[in-house]
Amino acid sequence: MWESAALSVTVFLPLVGAAAIALIPHAKERSAKPVALAVTLATFALSLLILASYYLGPAGGQGRAFIVDVEWIPVIGAGYRVAIDGISMPLFVLTNLLTLLCVVYCFHHIEPPGRPRAFLGLILLLQTGMAGTFVAFDLILFFVFWELVLVPMYFLIGIWGGPHREYAAVKFFLYTMFGSMIMLVGFIALYFGAGAETFSMVELSQAAAGGEYGIVFQRLVFLAIFLGLAIKVPMWPFHTWLPDAHTEAPTVGSVLLAGIMLKMGTYGFVRIAVPMLPEAAVDYAPFLAVLAVIAILYGALCCMAQTDLKRLIAFSSVGHMGFVMLGIAALTTAGVNAAIFGMVAHGLITGMLFFVVGSLKHRYHTSTIADIGGGVLQTTPRIGAILTFVAIASLGLPPLPGFWGEVVALYAAFNPAEAIVDAGLLGLFRVLVVFGAIGTLLTAGYFLTMLQRVTMGTPPRRWVDAGLQDVSPIELGAWTPLLVTTVVVGLVPLLVFGITRPDVSRILTTALTG
Amino acid sequence: MIAELSWLIPAVPAVSAALIFLIGKRLPRHGAEIGITAMAATLVLAIAVAAQVWRANVGVTIDPEGGGGAFLLERAVTLAPLGEDIAVQLGMRVDGLAAMMFVLVALVSLMVHIYSVGYMHGDARYTYYFGLLSLFSFSMLLLVIASDLLVLLVGWELVGVCSFLLIGFWWERKEIQDASMKAFLTTKFGDVGLVVAVVALGGATGSFAIGDILEAVEAGEVSHGLLTFALIAMILGVVGKSAQFPLHTWLPDAMAGPTPVSALIHAATMVTAGGFLVARLYPAFHESAAATGTLAVIGAITLITAGLLALVQSDVKKVLAYSTISQLGYMIAGLAFSYVAGVFHLFTHGFFKALLFLGAGSLIHAAGSNHMEAMGGLRRFMPITFWTFLLGSLALIAVPPFAGFWSKDEVLVSALDAGGYTGILVFALGGVGGLITAFYMTRVLYLVFAGQYRGHGQPHESPASMTFPMIVLAVAAVGIGWVNLPVEAVQARAFSSWVMYDLGYWVEHPVEFHPFLALMATVLALAGVLGAWAIYRTYPERDPMYHLGIVSHVLERRYYLDDLYTDLISRTAVRDLMGPAAAWTNDAVLDGVVAGAGRGAMGLGRRLYRTGDQKGLEGVVNGLGVSALWSAARVRLAQSGNVQLYAGAMFVGVVVLAVAFAVGGN
Repeated sequence: MWESAALSVTVFLPLVGAAAIALIPHAKERSAKPVALAVTLATFALSLLILASYYLGPAGGQGRAFIVDVEWIPVIGAGYRVAIDGISMPLFVLTNLLTLLCVVYCFHHIEPPGRPRAFLGLILLLQTGMAGTFVAFDLILFFVFWELVLVPMYFLIGIWGGPHREYAAVKFFLYTMFGSMIMLVGFIALYFGAGAETFSMVELSQAAAGGEYGIVFQRLVFLAIFLGLAIKVPMWPFHTWLPDAHTEAPTVGSVLLAGIMLKMGTYGFVRIAVPMLPEAAVDYAPFLAVLAVIAILYGALCCMAQTDLKRLIAFSSVGHMGFVMLGIAALTTAGVNAAIFGMVAHGLITGMLFFVVGSLKHRYHTSTIADIGGGVLQTTPRIGAILTFVAIASLGLPPLPGFWGEVVALYAAFNPAEAIVDAGLLGLFRVLVVFGAIGTLLTAGYFLTMLQRVTMGTPPRRWVDAGLQDVSPIELGAWTPLLVTTVVVGLVPLLVFGITRPDVSRILTTALTG
Repeated sequence: MIAELSWLIPAVPAVSAALIFLIGKRLPRHGAEIGITAMAATLVLAIAVAAQVWRANVGVTIDPEGGGGAFLLERAVTLAPLGEDIAVQLGMRVDGLAAMMFVLVALVSLMVHIYSVGYMHGDARYTYYFGLLSLFSFSMLLLVIASDLLVLLVGWELVGVCSFLLIGFWWERKEIQDASMKAFLTTKFGDVGLVVAVVALGGATGSFAIGDILEAVEAGEVSHGLLTFALIAMILGVVGKSAQFPLHTWLPDAMAGPTPVSALIHAATMVTAGGFLVARLYPAFHESAAATGTLAVIGAITLITAGLLALVQSDVKKVLAYSTISQLGYMIAGLAFSYVAGVFHLFTHGFFKALLFLGAGSLIHAAGSNHMEAMGGLRRFMPITFWTFLLGSLALIAVPPFAGFWSKDEVLVSALDAGGYTGILVFALGGVGGLITAFYMTRVLYLVFAGQYRGHGQPHESPASMTFPMIVLAVAAVGIGWVNLPVEAVQARAFSSWVMYDLGYWVEHPVEFHPFLALMATVLALAGVLGAWAIYRTYPERDPMYHLGIVSHVLERRYYLDDLYTDLISRTAVRDLMGPAAAWTNDAVLDGVVAGAGRGAMGLGRRLYRTGDQKGLEGVVNGLGVSALWSAARVRLAQSGNVQLYAGAMFVGVVVLAVAFAVGGN
């Protein structure tokens, strides 16, 4: 019972919660908050239970567990197939943790027009979509969850966003949608390309490993799926929706967008593109790697020119996701391990960055660096200290998590998969390592400049007189778990590497050696 | 075996840092007592471990055939698996080199802790300061003890961030912020090389463990080209951290931090991390003539260029900073030829340079200024500071029998023995560098301690908490060089055997002492002293160092390197050109394409709407899919503006849809 129901209950509980919130009468709108808190708390507790029983149960910490495989739309061979393995696990738990903390943060403030009922309902819907994406083992089900995410995020940006919210929301929605439509075409091609006519990810991966797909077919389909995933990651040059979306989105929208939604794209590479189209993945790996390193350098350079804190962090995400993609492009266990570690690190750290910047914006009513004018360490010392810590974490200071993701990705790119070496591309990858390493320097450069301009120095008169409140208990409640997790994961990288390695190794061995 | 407990050496300061940050403020001495107790315990442990290694290494009869036999204790646990068969290991590699560094770091750190009680008294961020000192000590000791290059890199970066935070300790002022950023980013520039080197060595040998890497290199498993590439990349990291030419420019600016910090981090320990790293991987460097040649040339250029810069400084801390760079040059150059020479100089320099910085702090405390123009005659007011500072200066000038003499002599001897272009270069520049060193230190002594007091107020000797550490370090500055006396009667080369990674090394590098060479170096040093004495014996109103025409000008502009790095490269090229160019490309080109596609689709949609009827448009929307959807959504949003209504509708729709899916599945 637990084995068969746990995942579905955890994934759909927020949906039920959203329905319950929808039923709250308008007059009692405020009670939406405790309801949402209870739901997300329960969801997070369930995901911890799943994590524990994944280790203590028969799975023993590797392979797929909690498998459910029932008919759903038999006419097209789509099934309700969910499961969880070492690759999904960290992202699944992270999703539920971050959503919980976002709900906690909503007790502090929600951007105008307020309306907690609608806001929290959308957050819960979003949670179902995100968590479902990481546990779906059927392409159609994956796609449904994938698209389900768009709608609530569209409204979160479009209603609670900044002055240009409508433009940003529509751009986000349509750009991503454009990619996913083409990705769907790729999915359908996979369905017909294998004799089995199924959307089961496991079966499709096996078919691919068995050499069912020809190389030309693989190359075409990879391009289609690549486009959908690359826009979501976002990879350079498909990233232009991201700065707009982040700048306009409300705080928790940014947190979830950066913290979780971007990972859906990179997760798609690990779960779908590479195992189902392995030969094309090898063929395209150098292009992915080059785009990844461009993203690293380009993201960092763009950051230097930003005048808005939220936009700056958005561009920093482009660079960080570049390291994740570089790891994936290496097509080795170390590389994909590094990628998943990088995803978790970025989720924790950048999620936290958006929280802090959101709180600054709430106090200063602006996220423009020049208007804040420096001296945050004096006006609100604790927030300044937290921002300093998180920025230093984000620039990849060891032993914080960002470092492990980056350095192992570089190591992986130095020693990419044999198939890449056989193609004579070892030299290219090793050159990319050097450029990637230069990216870490540029990253340090813009983050320190940002800290200098925001936290240090003496604050402008008007902010000293404004009597700004330092970090509130609610904010501290939402942030402490994130800060503690950041430190713990950095000190004990085994917590993530240990979970992911067996399954990453299994997937890559199956895909690349048949 | 006490060495089994070596892991406590970094662990104790780590706990201390955590405690200070958590409860320090509430304690009677605001956290200082925790830091001092912890460092004292660390020092006791360090000495115990060092003594064990000493007993094991010194006095071992070396088998000319077999070699080996040096003390080495390796313990590691896997911190995390990274890939198929590579992992990062948390472990310790305790040998003579590590034991030597334990003693140096723990002793100087303890002295700086004690000194800071007086020096930082009354500072608003007193507890934070002591927390950072403990954190730094932990990070440095982690770097030293690490058995794995990735963990070493963790320590390496952590000391960098501690340095950043401590240089910027008084971060309200703009120039202090700039100094801390410059330090962090310049060393980080070097770290690009170090990261590449670590990744390359790990990638080439399949392990990040230092022992495995050295084994693989010695067994010839790493191709010579790749090894040289990795080592040269690593040297870039060494150049950044150890402030070697041309990346030395951050260190003088780092003097903006509190003076005890300069003593601990920017003289005795962190800046020597580069030399330590080379020594740590010495067998690998030994395999590549290109790498050791690079070290020799960089060291030689650094020791002379930095020495010249020290001549034109009026800030006493800056003289010491350039002197540190110069002495680090001796270390790096020494390591190119002889393991012992570089390591020995690192060891002795740590003590006497820490002493000089603490002395400078005492002077600044008294005179209220860093500038030597505002000092003078302080010998009468501050006798302890004077005598200890004098002893430290004699050690630095390398007057026999003070500490610096023995170690600098080693460097010169080994360079001469090695010969070749690089050997001659280091020997010649090293000799001249000795003269310059003697000159600028004598200048400092006269400007600060002789003549009349030229500053404000009434100078006074510093409190005991500050003079005590200076006295302890002064003893070391006098005597520490004797641990490696090149005389058979006093257990020959005890220090060398102590720190040696492989006792068989002596078979290839026999012990030598050139009396003539030592005499010549001493004569050069005395010449420098006499030269300065002639000029500064009476206070010159017009210091000739500032009036050497073009020479003074170039030196005062620091060879224009700062203009090149700060103004041309980081500000103009990267920040003002490349950054905006990337941002412009982003907004105008990449986003332009996207926006253009959107606008095009919108225009298309509008035209179709105008031409077709409502029914027709619906068909087009379905047909055009994505692009038309964009325009439709835009139009609708703009028309009604009642987004909430749509939100509600969509919300209900999604819920109903999702529930329908779920129910349909069963």
